[in-house]
Amino acid sequence: MPDLSVNICGLNFKNPVTTASGTFGYGEEFANFFDLGQLGGIFVKAVTGKNRDGNAYPRMAETPSGMLNSVGLQNKGVDNFMKDIYPRIKSFNTHILVNVSGSTIEEYVEVAEKINELEKIPGIELNISCPNVKYGGMAFGTVPATATEVTRAVRKVYKKVLMVKLSPNVTNIAEMAKAVVDGGADAITLINTLLGMSIDAEKRTPILSTITGGLSGPAIKPVALRMTWQVYKAVKVPIVGMGGIMNATDAIEFILAGSSAIQVGTANFIDPFVSLKIIEGIEQYLIRHKIGSVKELIGGLQTN
Amino acid sequence: MNLKKLVQDFSVIKNIYLNPRHFILELSAPEPLPEILPGQFVDILVENSPSTFLRRPFSIYAVNKDQNIIRLLVQVRGEGTKKLGQLRENDKVNLIYPLGKPFSMPEDENVLLVGGGVGIAPLMFLSQHLNSLGMRPDILIGSRTGEDIFEMDLFRNQCRNVFVTTEDGSEGETGFVTHHSIFRKDPFPYKRIYCCGPDPMMHAVAKLAGKLETACEVSLENFMACGFGVCLCCITPTVSGNQRSCIEGPVFDTKILKWL
Repeated sequence: MPDLSVNICGLNFKNPVTTASGTFGYGEEFANFFDLGQLGGIFVKAVTGKNRDGNAYPRMAETPSGMLNSVGLQNKGVDNFMKDIYPRIKSFNTHILVNVSGSTIEEYVEVAEKINELEKIPGIELNISCPNVKYGGMAFGTVPATATEVTRAVRKVYKKVLMVKLSPNVTNIAEMAKAVVDGGADAITLINTLLGMSIDAEKRTPILSTITGGLSGPAIKPVALRMTWQVYKAVKVPIVGMGGIMNATDAIEFILAGSSAIQVGTANFIDPFVSLKIIEGIEQYLIRHKIGSVKELIGGLQTN
Repeated sequence: MNLKKLVQDFSVIKNIYLNPRHFILELSAPEPLPEILPGQFVDILVENSPSTFLRRPFSIYAVNKDQNIIRLLVQVRGEGTKKLGQLRENDKVNLIYPLGKPFSMPEDENVLLVGGGVGIAPLMFLSQHLNSLGMRPDILIGSRTGEDIFEMDLFRNQCRNVFVTTEDGSEGETGFVTHHSIFRKDPFPYKRIYCCGPDPMMHAVAKLAGKLETACEVSLENFMACGFGVCLCCITPTVSGNQRSCIEGPVFDTKILKWL
């Protein structure tokens, strides 16, 4: 049987399949479907400093081969996460990575510092696609200097695996990758959602309450693959790739492009069992190609 | 209430059109059905539909537990429902179910079901279920015109009284459901109202229930990406913050909804 395990910054994952933040809750709803211990890991819903109610309804729009969302980081804040949610999820037999979000550097630092205390959380995913309220709402992850600054500030207080999730809404993704590595990131995850919009032609209004939102699903896969490959060539840290992965073939493509592990997101809504099917499909691919370990495929894209 | 959700391929037994825009899908489960309660819904995957991506949610219209059959009432609204309308006997269709919080059970049969359009779907299941508990509720159906009202025979079987309002007066009393004379009866004969229909109908009924100091539950039809609690898209504001229409709903007590 082929070896599906991968190692990212000293963390051993039983397989490269993890689930994306915002598409899997904190794991509990999916525990009603299957044993979460089969997954390589779960990136849980974003945690911010204080409670956030999120944006007004409607928060979603279906788009060709995808969807837009503007949920707005609804969550009860880090203190509630530590007191109520963490005790319930810490015994899941898979890696729990916490997505950390914020509007100011202080907020990111506060959340990271508190999550650092949680014994069963081996790493965090810094969500730098959030608007920087001190910078007129420009996302942290769209300006190299602020991307470095927020990573560096969190690095000072967070002692475990620090992954930074890149925003694709930039001109030069390799530059952003270098910026967060300069700030001390141990690994990079990408891509977050692409900025998009949906209009109701009959009502002549936008569909989302926030007018624009984040695009996810198969529609974004080509962009996500391209960016994964560009980042893989630009930096040496491990990459966790995501963006429209619906099946094992998609997952293999991201691994070939340079990902050590992948995240399954929007696909979970279509088929709650998709992540398990992807694990099995990767195994079948390795058997078919007579490859002993999935690690051999990482960055294995053959270009001339 | 059973929290476990299933993802299963059902087999189409039949697809019956009630009128050009509404059809009933009768589906056969591959295994014995779990406990399913009125107010709950299913999330269907629409196959071979390049222009749609997400599942479509539908309130459960009827359940036959002995024969492991679920029936859904579907209104053709867009590409997804159009595709489902083309399903034929023996086609397979994938469902995630049972989803959502059901209607709460009343103490006695002095309850009024109020509905319109596809909103009557969960009310059909509710009246069927109340019958199994030895109760026969009353029902008030509102429609633009008499032609659009369907399944009256079934409702007459399952309910004590069937009241009707039509906007054009072609059947029953004229006007909206809230104009029906039953609401002017003093004392108001019902301990609870269950309402499911277009948003303006539910808002108006909720307001009237408040004036009559009668408990009222509505079933919301919010857009959702997942249907089982993880996407946070289907939320509705309540006095305890934003709640998910697929977990804490779709049935909500109107007291907690932020409806003025």
